[in-house]
Amino acid sequence: MKFYFFHLMPYAALDPDYDKQYNSAWVTLPNSYYDPKIGHQLYNRYLDELEFADAMGFDGVCVNEHHANAYGLMPIPGVMAGALARRTENARIAVLGRALPLLNNPLTVAEEFAMLDNITGGRLVAGFVRGIGAEYHAWGANPAQSHDRFHEAHDLIVQGWTRPGPFAFEGKYYHFNYVNVWPRPYQQPHPPIWIPSQGSRETIEWAAHPDRKYTYLQTFSPVSALARYMAMYRETAARYGYQSTPDQVGWSIPTYCAETDEIAHREAKPHIEFFLNKLLRMPQEMLLPPGYLSLGSLQGIMQAKRAITGGPQTIDDVMEKGIFLCGSPATLREKLENYRSEIGFGYLLPTMQFGTLPHELVKKSTELFAKEVIPHFRSRAGKADAA
Amino acid sequence: MGGREGFETIDGCRIRLMRAGAGEPLLFLHGAAGARVWAPFMETLSQSFDLIVPEHPGYGASDMPEWLDSVGDLAFFYLDLIDRLGLTGVNLVGTSIGGWIAAEIAIRNDTRLKSLLLSAPAGIHVKGLQKGDIFLWSPEQYARNLFHDQKLAEAWLARPVSEDEQLAAMKNNLATARLAWQPRLYNPDLHKWLHRISVPTLILWGDDDKVIPPGYGPAYQKLIPGARLEIIKDCGHLPQIEKAQEWTGKITGFIGEVAP
Repeated sequence: MKFYFFHLMPYAALDPDYDKQYNSAWVTLPNSYYDPKIGHQLYNRYLDELEFADAMGFDGVCVNEHHANAYGLMPIPGVMAGALARRTENARIAVLGRALPLLNNPLTVAEEFAMLDNITGGRLVAGFVRGIGAEYHAWGANPAQSHDRFHEAHDLIVQGWTRPGPFAFEGKYYHFNYVNVWPRPYQQPHPPIWIPSQGSRETIEWAAHPDRKYTYLQTFSPVSALARYMAMYRETAARYGYQSTPDQVGWSIPTYCAETDEIAHREAKPHIEFFLNKLLRMPQEMLLPPGYLSLGSLQGIMQAKRAITGGPQTIDDVMEKGIFLCGSPATLREKLENYRSEIGFGYLLPTMQFGTLPHELVKKSTELFAKEVIPHFRSRAGKADAA
Repeated sequence: MGGREGFETIDGCRIRLMRAGAGEPLLFLHGAAGARVWAPFMETLSQSFDLIVPEHPGYGASDMPEWLDSVGDLAFFYLDLIDRLGLTGVNLVGTSIGGWIAAEIAIRNDTRLKSLLLSAPAGIHVKGLQKGDIFLWSPEQYARNLFHDQKLAEAWLARPVSEDEQLAAMKNNLATARLAWQPRLYNPDLHKWLHRISVPTLILWGDDDKVIPPGYGPAYQKLIPGARLEIIKDCGHLPQIEKAQEWTGKITGFIGEVAP
């Protein structure tokens, strides 16, 4: 199994009382809540944490894109990836991902990713997402076109990377006479493509298709949902006539590791609860604009999502559901071993900073995890890979 | 009481319509909430007219056709429907998004129309005059902003909603997003061509409309030659519900004044 350190870069200094006046940390929360002097410190601190993960031997570091919110301060994740490109040595840099339907010209992403791939000599992982529902309110992009624009933008980017340019691209939303991406990507035919998702049959059908075989990442979901979607990927691949491999599926989950279960619980509690109850806070209408999900998926997900965005949540709620991994190295090893053997996934993407978790605790947890959890899976993964 | 329900397939799209009454044809184009049930104002109008109430492509029990991208597409669809049903001298009534569709029909071809009646129509934008964010409102905010009389909002919130109705509402919301998410509730080109409308036009607006503020009334009136504007007092975005009698009275009266 491979381990990728995920950072959301939250605005950890957010006034916790903002919700007395505003119903969300997204879209409509005034940016007067953001202090650039604190932001300057946070950005540099967070980059330090990602670089530390590289030094600790994580296989990769991950950044992502969200707009107009306090939950994640990376509206342009390529800026962070660019900073990391020169300061990390071994880790892959995964941008998970760019929200394609928000783009007027998806070739900007083809160019940005190709540049990162060239600078790092092929350490880039290209993530493509549709963004979460709030993005469509913040950006004005039409959620009813979200799926179609995602697919068309993806086709344009991949063709831009793989077809000799210049060529004409004639889509419904994007039509260009001269597609001619300079620079070409370092990795050939193109960087690995990962598809983070909160779980949808349509996304799995598409990612698992033999033309693509993209790595599907289940993000921030209960472990029961993880099991369901991982099984769906395997079944879908089998229906397409091939056997999927563990490196086609991954799991992204907030994680905290400390000396004992009791210490881990005590240290993580206020910070994960800030993440759950303050940063993630948004009404249904913001989370699920019309068309973001098909009518079929909508009814199912409305139920499941209430679990995440419903009322105030505690650390115990999310530990019980398997939305948060928290404990001693022994506990985490045991849990992960069980999940891996039952569910089968080749990538784990622990979010090791969440909410207000301070720098010293992030470092402590990261180091403990790197030294006492990861090696346990290295040897076994090595054997599995060889076999 | 109630309209005869039927289906028509036009341009490859099967739509549901309700029809009742006799006399001059009156084609009613609904707003974002659809036209699932035979409302009291429809009953009233059907006593004076041959009332035809389609559910737009993409809404309610009608198909969502592949070709549907914009309100302009719906305008051409309805011109084909008018042809198919062999209608002439049509009194075209549209509310909210339906008013927008009606305006788009009229700028393309108004030779089959006798009159145009726009009730709080979407379709244009006035800089600085913000519309309500119907997609971000919670159900409670939506109800409260839809009506002037908060008792109606409370009754609307308290009404029982079946699973079918819930599904229909989601489908309607999706169709509305497809047509009107961006640019929000308007066509940047429409205002340039409203001068082409040559049939007598009545514009109605509630004085307390929080979805499309009543300031849009005079803006629309200026753009359509000879249009009359009437403001309905103590009324929100749905005068056909909130002030049904006054609203149907104004419509029937206006059509009566127009020479056949």
